[in-house]
Amino acid sequence: MQFTRRDTMAIGGAAVLTSFVPSLSVASTNDLIMEVTGGATAASSGIDLTAPEIAENGNTVPISVDAPGAVAVTILAAGNPLPGVATFNFGDGAGSQSATTRIRLAGTQDVIAVAKMADGSFAAVSQTVKVTIGGCGG
Amino acid sequence: MAKGVKPRVKVPKTASAGEMVTLKTLISHKMESGQRKDSDGNKIPRSIINRFTCAFNGKTVVDVEMLPAISTNPYFQFDAVIPEAGEFHFTWYDDDGSVYETKKSVKMA
Repeated sequence: MQFTRRDTMAIGGAAVLTSFVPSLSVASTNDLIMEVTGGATAASSGIDLTAPEIAENGNTVPISVDAPGAVAVTILAAGNPLPGVATFNFGDGAGSQSATTRIRLAGTQDVIAVAKMADGSFAAVSQTVKVTIGGCGG
Repeated sequence: MAKGVKPRVKVPKTASAGEMVTLKTLISHKMESGQRKDSDGNKIPRSIINRFTCAFNGKTVVDVEMLPAISTNPYFQFDAVIPEAGEFHFTWYDDDGSVYETKKSVKMA
């Protein structure tokens, strides 16, 4: 099959379009929060999430959460192939309900933290992290 | 057992009763996510540490469920209260069934 210049342009255009589709089809932040809370509405205060605005390397993105009074904190990454990241369960020996770790992010997306409080209520917070894989500094 | 797994933890040697201390843990592990493909296009099977726990004298400090989105060489930092002299017990659970353990004792200042 011979490709004319017009065909090539069309294929190129289609490829660009399809490469954008995954970023549109990511699970919505609210749906993910609902999954963790079991349908309950989450308050927007009571939990802090610290993540960099821009992460040059998506392989290790440092994040911290702080949720005073929480029994468990779930971290989610809405744009990853598997949105779950980790769940921290705090025990009696914990000095504070905060933790720091390093996570993987597939691309620019929202990182979500959902805290389950001791009284059974939930609090959630999300932050967008820009990921520049390849480290061009973009 | 995955090769070259070495846990490292940073715990103060002494503390006063009721003091809050920050603990840092790092374990070298490749944390293969199960999403990557090798040069032949075959999926590399998932091999991660899926759970980490820390307890002080049998009392849980944190119990973390880990999924493939945790980075290579998982690092955790968290706070614990030290009510009396005793021992921190750190445990990591690998997908392949192996368990990595480290203990650190803390004396009263």
